[in-house]
Amino acid sequence: MIAFNKYYNKFNILSVSLVIVSLLLLTFKGLNFGIDFKGGTLIELRSTDSKINVSSLRDNLSQMNLGDVSVKNFGNETDFLIKFENNENKNVIEEIKKNLDKSFGNSFNFRRVENVGPKVSAELLRSGVIAISVALFLMLVYIWIRFEWQFSLGAIVALFHDVIVTLGLFSLLGLEINLSIIAAVLTIVGYSMNDTVVIFDRVRENLRKYSDIKIFELTNISINETLSRTLITSVTTLLALLSIFFFGGEVLKGFSLAMIFGVIFGTYSSIYIANTVLVRLNVSQKTVLREDKN
Amino acid sequence: MLYFSKLRIIFITIISLLFIIFALSNLFNFDNKILNKKINLGLDLQGGSYLLLEIDNDPVIEQKLQNLTVTIRNFFKEKNVRITNFKLSNQTLSFTSDENSKQTILDEFASEESELNPYYQRFKSHQLNIVEENNFFKVSFSKQGIINLKTSSQDQALEIVRRRIDEIGTNEPNILKRGNDRILVELPGLDDPMRIKSLLGKTANLTFRFVTNDTEGSFGAEKLEFEDGTEEAIVSKRIILSGENLLDAQPRMDTENNETVVTFSLDRVGAKRFGKATSTGIGKRLAIVLDGKVISAPVIRDTIATGSGQISGGFTFQSATDLALLLRSGALPAPLNIIEERTVGPDLGQDSINAGMIALLIGFILVILYIFVKYKIFGIITNIALILNLFILVGILTIFEATLTLPGIAGIILTVGMAVDANVLIFERIKEELKSEKNNLIAFDSGYTKSRTAILDANITTLLAAIILFFMGSGPIKGFSLTLGIGIFTTLFTVYFIARLLTVLYVSKNKEKEGLI
Repeated sequence: MIAFNKYYNKFNILSVSLVIVSLLLLTFKGLNFGIDFKGGTLIELRSTDSKINVSSLRDNLSQMNLGDVSVKNFGNETDFLIKFENNENKNVIEEIKKNLDKSFGNSFNFRRVENVGPKVSAELLRSGVIAISVALFLMLVYIWIRFEWQFSLGAIVALFHDVIVTLGLFSLLGLEINLSIIAAVLTIVGYSMNDTVVIFDRVRENLRKYSDIKIFELTNISINETLSRTLITSVTTLLALLSIFFFGGEVLKGFSLAMIFGVIFGTYSSIYIANTVLVRLNVSQKTVLREDKN
Repeated sequence: MLYFSKLRIIFITIISLLFIIFALSNLFNFDNKILNKKINLGLDLQGGSYLLLEIDNDPVIEQKLQNLTVTIRNFFKEKNVRITNFKLSNQTLSFTSDENSKQTILDEFASEESELNPYYQRFKSHQLNIVEENNFFKVSFSKQGIINLKTSSQDQALEIVRRRIDEIGTNEPNILKRGNDRILVELPGLDDPMRIKSLLGKTANLTFRFVTNDTEGSFGAEKLEFEDGTEEAIVSKRIILSGENLLDAQPRMDTENNETVVTFSLDRVGAKRFGKATSTGIGKRLAIVLDGKVISAPVIRDTIATGSGQISGGFTFQSATDLALLLRSGALPAPLNIIEERTVGPDLGQDSINAGMIALLIGFILVILYIFVKYKIFGIITNIALILNLFILVGILTIFEATLTLPGIAGIILTVGMAVDANVLIFERIKEELKSEKNNLIAFDSGYTKSRTAILDANITTLLAAIILFFMGSGPIKGFSLTLGIGIFTTLFTVYFIARLLTVLYVSKNKEKEGLI
């Protein structure tokens, strides 16, 4: 049996600091919102001419009066991603096409064009925030119905931890937040909950079974009993996610990365956060039996 | 938990086979109406254009209030009420009257059977709001009035958008209302929406009006620029003909001048008016105005009584074709703005399909190998369930002809990764039970029973997340929540029916064997 409970305090301190650092990052550095939430234009180009590179493309576009243009390689040397903020000009894409054809010959293939107006991006951001809030709230309600309040608190603390730290990591690394990241965060919420609930289920079962074991020991027993399941499921989920990350194409990279972080944090938090809340609230057999009577 | 009746086994087999057949119908062409269903590919996979248009209703509101000026004046004139100082600003119409008439006006607006201020009978709210202060009146649209106005302009705009897109002939466009002032257009397979965008961006409000020098005429006049920006002209506000009078418009090569023109024919009313205008106005210039810009202003040389004519204006064949198309399909009630556009080229779509399939295959193989190494014979059982899970999931998507997007494929891959969870929970539990229970059958039975709540909890939480995403998410993300959500049901089915059935068959044959799992 692994003594997970030996490190409860240490990991609690670590998690609290991680959350604080994440919140600071989110407040001061902020998130790198993509055009879905900020508005603007995105163009994915593929060139047939290998001599064209990011800087020649950037030089060319900077003469077009587009404002702040970002040009990056996307996946490989011949694919480029161009982004700029909202432009009042309705024909901007047409003009870029003409300009690039003139300067480089017809060597570009416009693979993807996205243009999100300020009104739509504000709405998408709002509905994303609502979606995550509603998800957290429903989880809270569900867990509150299923478990005693101490357990609900533990699960919710773990959930917030996972979401905040994942977003903090995105802020730290400057990774783009777009619609698919919202999907990832919601899936993380589901996964984290799922993981926590499985361990809690066992904790509750053990609480009913043993009246003489303290919660500090009992959580450790429960974690160990469910450990192989926790690991196997995390591994298979990570295997699936890693194959999306490496083979699923550029579009899904951000999504799968967020999910990979989320699964790792989710697994960690079910062990070291959700359970420690139970320990700190000094949950005992009485807690469970009282609920059973009701 | 370990008993399966014959009937149930037959039922499970039939269900599984059915879904497998549907899943396979994506690969083969069955010559059958029911079986010949296919999963729709989302725009991000097959390539295409997604446009969200917003109707700018402000000009409509202004126009309606402008028209109301005349209506109100005439209405009260009959009642011997004098109204003066009509002014229109900020979508509010203001006017003044005297103390004696004040109540008459307010009563008329407040009457439940008012002709001037309708809707009360139907909506229990009037079309217009009126406020009065020192005989100074302010009229504006009520909430209900705005809603009705928006709905009707959305209906009209939808019809015109559909006509324009149909004229171009793209395959299977999807044109839908969104809210009460937006229209969603999905154009599969279209990789360059430039032409459609420019066609939808035009209101196509066509008028024929005389060019004048006199700015003080009874109808007023305005200075308008020419389309090509070379000239300006003062054009009367009196409308001789408008686009509504057009029956048909076609691009044509005028061999005389070697120029592309748009020919048009008019309805009876239009032909009459056109004949009259061209006979009284010989020698004058008749401006052809489209969306506030003069296309051309030819001098009238002859009376045209045939009800047909042509517009020239330095067109290319393409621009003449587009103008004819716009005139045929009619004017939009209000300008449309494209507020969101997402276009994916067909080759990126194909790349995404390939990448998604490779990721699915690799993820699937890795998970299967890992589970086999972990559980051996029960790993094989889990894997059979997993494979069937995938088929059933695809089969369900096919039956509903659901739309598969790239995030949707990610949802399937994720389902593969998480689907084994339930079986893992069960097998781990059985292992524990076997530590204290020597009888295989009892241990397996209680393993299944005791793991049930955890499995249910775990899947409900994921399902909640998927449901929220489905209702809150847009486009491709919806596809993700769909596959993830359906995946939960197929997982539970395969775990509790297929994997359990196989487990039961295996265990009942090896009742006495030790270290079974």
